[in-house]
Amino acid sequence: MKLSKIAMATAGASMLATSAFAAGHEMQGRDGHVGIIYWQAASILNPYLSGGTKDIEAASLVIEPLARYDQDGNMVPWLVDEIPTVENGGVAEDLTSITWKLSEGLVWSDGTPVTSADVVFTANYCMDPEGGCQQLAKFGDVTSVEALDDLTIKITFGVPKPFPYGPFVGGQTPILQAAQFEGCSGAAAPSCTDQNFGPIGTGPFVVTEFRANDTISMEANPNYRDPSKPAFATLTFKGGGDATAAARTVLETGEFDYAWNLQIAPEVLDEMESAGKGTIVSGFGTLVERIMINLTDPNPDLGDERSTVAHPHPFLSDIAVRQALSMAIDRELLTEIGYGQAGRPTCNVLPAPAIYASTANDACLVQDIAGANALLDEAGWLPGADGIREKDGVRLSILYQTSTNAVRQDFQALIKQWWSEIGVETELKNIDAGVFFGGDQSSPDTFQKLFADVEMYANNFDGTDPEAYMGNWKCSEIPSPENAWLGGNMPRYCSEAYDGLLAEMAGTADIDERARLAKAMNDMLMQEYVIIPLVDRGRVSAHANTLEGVVLNTWDSELWNVADWSRAD
Amino acid sequence: MSDATIQAEAKNRSLWGDVWVQFKSHKGAMVGTFVFVFILLAVAIGPYLWNLDPTFANIRERNQGMSWAHPFGTDQLGRDTLAQLLQGGRVSIAVGVTAMLISLIVGTAIGVLAGFFKRIDGLLMRTTDLFLALPLLPLLLVIIMLFRDTLRKAFGPETGIFILIVFIIGITSWMQTARIVRGDVLALKEREFVLAARSIGTPSLRLILRHILPNVLSPIMVSATLGIANAIITESALSFLGLGFPSDFPTWGRLLYDGAQYIDNYPSRVVWPGLAITLTVISVNFIGDGLRDALDPRIRGR
Amino acid sequence: MLNYTIRRLIFAIPTLLFISFIIFIILDMAPNDPTGNLPLTIPPEVRQKIRESLGLDAPMYIRYLLWCNQFFINEPLNMLHQWFGWCIGDCEGRLRVESWITRSPVVDSIVERMPQTLWVVGMSYVVSILVAVPIGVISAYKQYSWFDQAGTLVSMIGFAVPTFFTGLVLQIVFSTMIPSDHWAWLPSKYNTLHEVTDWQSFVYQMRQMAMPVTVLALYNMAQLSRFMRASMLDNLSQDYVRTARAKGLRERTVVLVHVLRNSLIPVVTVIALGVPTIFGGAIITEQIFGVNGLGALLIIGIQGADIPLVQTLTFIFAVLIVLFNLIADILYGLLDPRIRYE
Repeated sequence: MKLSKIAMATAGASMLATSAFAAGHEMQGRDGHVGIIYWQAASILNPYLSGGTKDIEAASLVIEPLARYDQDGNMVPWLVDEIPTVENGGVAEDLTSITWKLSEGLVWSDGTPVTSADVVFTANYCMDPEGGCQQLAKFGDVTSVEALDDLTIKITFGVPKPFPYGPFVGGQTPILQAAQFEGCSGAAAPSCTDQNFGPIGTGPFVVTEFRANDTISMEANPNYRDPSKPAFATLTFKGGGDATAAARTVLETGEFDYAWNLQIAPEVLDEMESAGKGTIVSGFGTLVERIMINLTDPNPDLGDERSTVAHPHPFLSDIAVRQALSMAIDRELLTEIGYGQAGRPTCNVLPAPAIYASTANDACLVQDIAGANALLDEAGWLPGADGIREKDGVRLSILYQTSTNAVRQDFQALIKQWWSEIGVETELKNIDAGVFFGGDQSSPDTFQKLFADVEMYANNFDGTDPEAYMGNWKCSEIPSPENAWLGGNMPRYCSEAYDGLLAEMAGTADIDERARLAKAMNDMLMQEYVIIPLVDRGRVSAHANTLEGVVLNTWDSELWNVADWSRAD
Repeated sequence: MSDATIQAEAKNRSLWGDVWVQFKSHKGAMVGTFVFVFILLAVAIGPYLWNLDPTFANIRERNQGMSWAHPFGTDQLGRDTLAQLLQGGRVSIAVGVTAMLISLIVGTAIGVLAGFFKRIDGLLMRTTDLFLALPLLPLLLVIIMLFRDTLRKAFGPETGIFILIVFIIGITSWMQTARIVRGDVLALKEREFVLAARSIGTPSLRLILRHILPNVLSPIMVSATLGIANAIITESALSFLGLGFPSDFPTWGRLLYDGAQYIDNYPSRVVWPGLAITLTVISVNFIGDGLRDALDPRIRGR
Repeated sequence: MLNYTIRRLIFAIPTLLFISFIIFIILDMAPNDPTGNLPLTIPPEVRQKIRESLGLDAPMYIRYLLWCNQFFINEPLNMLHQWFGWCIGDCEGRLRVESWITRSPVVDSIVERMPQTLWVVGMSYVVSILVAVPIGVISAYKQYSWFDQAGTLVSMIGFAVPTFFTGLVLQIVFSTMIPSDHWAWLPSKYNTLHEVTDWQSFVYQMRQMAMPVTVLALYNMAQLSRFMRASMLDNLSQDYVRTARAKGLRERTVVLVHVLRNSLIPVVTVIALGVPTIFGGAIITEQIFGVNGLGALLIIGIQGADIPLVQTLTFIFAVLIVLFNLIADILYGLLDPRIRYE
């Protein structure tokens, strides 16, 4: 161990020396120290064992995938020279395989060369049935991953894959070093603590000390492929606390240089920025805060058939009610209060990338209480003695649940008020996020069971291809006791036409045609009002004014270009 | 204070007269009583006098400072702070006092029994250890999961949650009182006056009520004061975790918590609920001091 | 007394086993799930696989016995191996209690977090005892003096205002409003990697501890001083005090030896209840100042439904509670020799 450290240090020194002599090149590590604060601390540096965003992003400083997404959602080659496509022959004509070719001369931070064997190992590591790999979905339909030569990898799929960029694209699936993780496959994966806490990578930094759920110390990778980068010699990745405190350390006290995901009230953030020490940056991805309508009856008296397709909802099965609920909402105002510059009102559940974004539903951007009232009057829902609308003894009384989060509770309060203006009564309920999203079979409060009339949360998809995401609303995805409530179709929406479009998309490779299909599916969901989208949520982070080169990326790790960061003089 | 004490003392009417005279002469206690009664009246009839709806979000008037229309200003959704404080006080004081009483009665009973009867001391104290060791948060999640829907159905969303919260806070905070009371009782029961009473054949129950309880009154009083503050704050922590009242149901603790993130921009958001909680706790504390003095026969009539 | 202590210690073993089982049942029943905090982009089938890989598909009692085996047998054996080099059985491949979140041994995480927990939470407790006892004594001796009134006011405010609020106010005053080059500036985030090597680094350590320690000490001090004062008041009016004074003992001796000693029983109880909580950390204060001690570890474990982590931490906590309550009982006997346990 000691020997290898010395070897590493000398290798690094010689590297530095050569780069210093190279004409015009600046030295690695010239800008000293950089401090990053994530209010959720990293617990492990192996994204295959923890899918949490904080862990993936911390790991992205050290280990890297073959290709990444840039800030606009375009794929960029990272450890390869070009992205394989059908045109350049990298993807087979029948769409069942993709062939990647590693760049020449890549080395790990310990100086050994990166080979195709490492990539193959990583794939097998994740696909091991006993490992509990959290990125397994990325390897969906992969039948084999083989090394054709030292630098070439062929990934074969069991079905035609119009979008074969699941494995090894984006921060979720970086390459692990086969030599280091050799004994760590399958059931042994969790016990390799040293490996999981200090993976050897190709990234700009190497781990010097890892304290789980606390602080990570790193130093520049002496074997990094660009000898002039990174500009910082050491890096601290501090975790813990809350978003407000993290924002304060960058924007007000200047103790840290970069703070991640600052989900706090926009006016508070603006006030902090006015202290003049830092800058707020924001970017948009595919995250949409939405209300899911329950099309089935959540009445507790139904016992086991509660919230299942056996019983349609007493009033939400009426499209007029659903539409009125959507019309009564002022999305502009919700955005202003909850997210400020980090949000945009949206009428689509699929808001991005641009080619997939529909414009057919934009009428919802304007609140229309009068219109909603008229619609309900017309549908026969008339105000009763207490002002709550009813029809045939059914009152428009809604139980509205969401996870505990200050912004969500503000949204609930506002929406409750708007709904009361159209004669709909609302009871609010908020549930601890760990329980709500936890999916525990014994808990009645999970978002899949949806033992309420409507629920609100946010969802998005990795990367830029929406096929899997739109697949959430097919009939077979309806959560029910039969499938142990596992399924993404919260509204319990089921339409043959929708499933047909989805099947068509699965067999279509042409990007424009895929976009047309995705938009059609989005419009179908929107015009049926089974999902009420509210806000397209961006990512907000902050960096010190002295930190240069930050490019906020919502399609990949936020720290994707940390090698290019530097200190302004 | 426990009912048992009141009964024990109530046998003699003139005793209460004495207590009242002594209580009146305690300046702090009188001020405390006055403030506490004022707060009680404010939250009891205040919402009828200041009849703005505390949950009504007036978007055009958000984050306002003090004005005639909103004497204490408004919050980030334009809800009137004064109306929220008055409404929230009802819940906070009700939760604080009820939960405190539960924990006090349970704690005192267990403490006295454990200290007095050697045979059940071990069992009761190990139970106390168990309760002290239970991980609070998972326990809350379990209780909520098991009972929230049942209680909501039986008593409606607000009363149901109220019962649940008071019960949770009560049964998770009696242990300190129990340990303290037991410690004092252990020492007391070897004192001369107890031995004397015992030697003339006083039955155990009477011994406890007449001789032991009055002498452990002061730690109980301190526990009571601390207990109210603890219950009000715990309630806010519960609602923060999504385990408390529905989110549009104001309580002092929640107002304080929600306001804390705006402390830079609008400090008054935290000052009002903070002041309300502190005033309540301090006034109860002084009442407790006065009562303790008034009930102590050695001080009374001095 | 010795007999009593030994009997209590022996009886503590079944008690603790029972407590550990109850804790396990509660953790198992709690409706949160280890996959609950993962991004929603991870599909349900994969979540199911993750649960299986954590062993969650086994029956509850099997998982409890597994934990018992890992905690009561493997961990002590591992300690022997690491401290003394003694190797009993399979030293390398032994299954230790492993956290589901970090996939690393829980005991290592706890050891790693001890320093900052003791520095901050432990120090705050020492400070609060050192401040609260004198305040309580003087307040009682000079009842209704301005000192007593002021002490009452400060301690009630200290208890009524929650720590998240005092912490925030201190941070805004000392980290934000005071410029960072001023001598009174204090860092708002605790650096857990900081090592004390010389005078300067010691000063920095004091500075980064100042705010969290103050916040916690204020809170603990409040209740300690209240109990101290109440208990002193009770004793000051007792007959034995009059007797002692009548005997001509110096006032200082009467108050500080006789009255104080007899008044310490409730205070000892409160302190004995408080010491284990030092090891439980201070969840909110640790979070505000980024101390990342045991409190932060516990809350991360609870939020992530990390049963092995929470079970281990809570159990260690339970051991301390049982132990310190025993110590308190022994101290009662020393403070008041009339208290006897047979």
